[in-house]
Amino acid sequence: MTAVTAGRSTRGIVDLVFRARELSIVLALAVLVAVTAAANGNFLSAQGLKDIFLNAAILALLAVGQSFVVITRNIDLSVGSVVGLVAFTVGDVLAANQGLGVGVAIVLGIVIGCVCGLVNGLLVSFGKVPALVVTLGTLYVIQGLDHAIAHGRQINAVDLPRSVLSLGNGSVLGIPYLPLITVVVMLAVGYYLRSYASGRDFYAIGSSPEAAGLAGVPVRRRVMAAYLLSGALAGLGGVLWLARFGTVVADDAHGWELQVVSAVVVGGVAITGGVGTVYGAALGALLLTTITSALVVLKVNPFWQQAITGALLLLAISVDRVLALRVARILRRRNARHGS
Amino acid sequence: MTGAAEATAPHGPGTGDAPPVLALAGVSKSFGAVRALRDVSLELHAGEAHALAGENGAGKSTLVKTLSGVHRPDSGQVLMDGRPVEFHKPADAQRHGVAVIYQEPTMFPDLSVAENIFIGRQPRASLGRIDRGAMRARAAELFARLGVALDPEQPARGLSIADQQLVEIAKALSRDARVLIMDEPTAALSVNEVARLFTVVKALREQGCAVLFISHRLDEIFELCQRVTTLRDGAWIAGEAVAGLTHEALIRRMVGRDLDTLYPKLDAATGEVALKVHRLTREGVFTDVSFEVRRGEIVALAGLVGAGRSEVARAVFGVDRWDAGWVEVNGRRLPPASPTAAMSAGVALVPEDRRQQGLVMDQSIERNIGLTGLKRLRRGPVISRAAERDRARDWAIRLQLKFNRLSDAVNVLSGGNQQKVVLAKWLSTRPQVLIIDEPTRGIDVGTKAEVHRVLSELASDGMAVLMISSELPEVLGMADRVLVMQEGRLVAEIPRAEATEESVMTAAAGRTS
Repeated sequence: MTAVTAGRSTRGIVDLVFRARELSIVLALAVLVAVTAAANGNFLSAQGLKDIFLNAAILALLAVGQSFVVITRNIDLSVGSVVGLVAFTVGDVLAANQGLGVGVAIVLGIVIGCVCGLVNGLLVSFGKVPALVVTLGTLYVIQGLDHAIAHGRQINAVDLPRSVLSLGNGSVLGIPYLPLITVVVMLAVGYYLRSYASGRDFYAIGSSPEAAGLAGVPVRRRVMAAYLLSGALAGLGGVLWLARFGTVVADDAHGWELQVVSAVVVGGVAITGGVGTVYGAALGALLLTTITSALVVLKVNPFWQQAITGALLLLAISVDRVLALRVARILRRRNARHGS
Repeated sequence: MTGAAEATAPHGPGTGDAPPVLALAGVSKSFGAVRALRDVSLELHAGEAHALAGENGAGKSTLVKTLSGVHRPDSGQVLMDGRPVEFHKPADAQRHGVAVIYQEPTMFPDLSVAENIFIGRQPRASLGRIDRGAMRARAAELFARLGVALDPEQPARGLSIADQQLVEIAKALSRDARVLIMDEPTAALSVNEVARLFTVVKALREQGCAVLFISHRLDEIFELCQRVTTLRDGAWIAGEAVAGLTHEALIRRMVGRDLDTLYPKLDAATGEVALKVHRLTREGVFTDVSFEVRRGEIVALAGLVGAGRSEVARAVFGVDRWDAGWVEVNGRRLPPASPTAAMSAGVALVPEDRRQQGLVMDQSIERNIGLTGLKRLRRGPVISRAAERDRARDWAIRLQLKFNRLSDAVNVLSGGNQQKVVLAKWLSTRPQVLIIDEPTRGIDVGTKAEVHRVLSELASDGMAVLMISSELPEVLGMADRVLVMQEGRLVAEIPRAEATEESVMTAAAGRTS
């Protein structure tokens, strides 16, 4: 019977830890906003808040896709390049064909993103090449492709159709489109991962790839799907980027992959897979964006901003590690008691 | 148990006339030159627990893997309900109602117990969503049927091995398994956990499940099973009722073979104490272990898998920390948890699993041998390739290693030759105390004899050898003294003259009578 009571208390701890993760992000956000608002009242103005949500929307969207991949114990470093490629090529097409609308732009962006995701997914799941290597490679390939297409040119907002630009700046009932799209995608993906058998497979794969294979989970197909989704959302993110900024060069979103991975990890998705939610990842993105904005408002030297973001990432990973060791120790102590 | 056997027979659909649920008929299986199974037959009936007995390497695991669809027989048939079936992969066997419980189940540590049971087959609500309530309820129902108190909602991480096995059994039940194969499930369990497992398995047996049970502990076979099939060196030896069989008779069936020719241990003059271990304890792993090994002596550490033998070796060498006690080499205490200190004191450890712990598989023979003595191979700040090659060549000749070039990767060598490379790697450090874990596991008979010859020569030259082995003939043939461990404690010390299959087995299985 000791096993059962010990089991319950273990469960209580583990549950608390992972609930606490999302709660602690919300808490950190609240403290951050309160402190910054106290120092500078403008931070909480309608415009200030809107800016934060607009800035966080694309990062959060990418974080949702990334967490899908990370949950399966893989990683997608190519998302930043995909955003850049999609933003430029879709912008190029729209500038040449003024008649095209928002719908075409979104479909085109998602298709390009899916192709990139397909390449990643094929190499990782069927080629059995480590994800880090594959997506580092595609990061450079896609970036190079983008530069070759752009050839030093720039897409200007004035060349784009009105409808596309209003996607970036318009709103419905006072809520801007961009965060709205992100929230809808996040809820849909989160619901799928939690409530569908195939969604749970992703967690099973990340938790133990060998056990997943033995249990008949189609491991390769699911990993493939994770990369496709990550690619598709990066494609959508590229279109939103174009809509928001209007003026686009080939270098856009350069280096964003690391911000995305940071957001995912800060949001409580274990980099070793099997644990975490897309809600946490999106919250992580919101926290990172808010920190950046707050540091600007507080007039902190921009060089320190990066260092602080990095320190936060290290803190998040350390917390994960400490908790994992805790759980392992509880386990060992319980087994020792059993053995005696 | 005889009474129980008779009482349960009517529950099954007539053990006499109905065809067995699952059977092997004349099955043979070879891996290269090794014949793992030769013309083996076995019948599992509903409502009956059937034991599979045999030494390590007798072919028990191959038989289990043939029944569970991992291996396909070279000849002979697998039969279900009297009809031939072919299992191409484990999923085929699962679909036919064959479930395997391994010694250490593979689980999803991050998912809940209920999800571990139902992954991929979760109960569905409308629109294909998972019905969590139903999943929880069905898991609870399964646990109630098994009579165990596990919480379906708790994460699998943190479950003891015993609980993990129960989850696996629940999973088997949820698939309506008709055959339950248990491959040494009790090796890592405590006495109370074994009792709980047996209650569950007996209940399943009475509900009409066919059980195949593997264990080295003879008491367990006699307690749980009605029939027993014995394998030796891949061949079928006997299939009989457990009632009327004695422990001694069963042991004779398992081992009976000529030992003298294979294991020559030369007599060597024993010198002073080289290794002294005093009341060594690692909490929850082994307790109060004391022994000595003298120069020129080979001491065997025998016992069942999971008795804590390898763990003691790892602690002595400093890989794992110990909680109490001490270790002396040539009269000098070793600091705890420092392999470097152990090595410079003259201790070498040849680990059990050469692929994982002993060798860098895709590096060359010379690199692997040189790895333990990089300091000695240095000429100035750089490693001398010539010195490395010379040293490797010396040992290759001494151990009669068969190879093409010393620059070949070790993964192209046979298991026996790989083992020689591991030996060379450690012997080249000129140790005074050699700890060797399962020296001949998975290598062929000829090479085995050579490894034994080398060990015997080393002892004659004055080395102190501590050998861990699960192969009784090897223990009896090689050892001057046999130490027997059981559940983390040293329970017997048997001198060479008194060491027999029976005396060692009896001590290892912990029989009091």
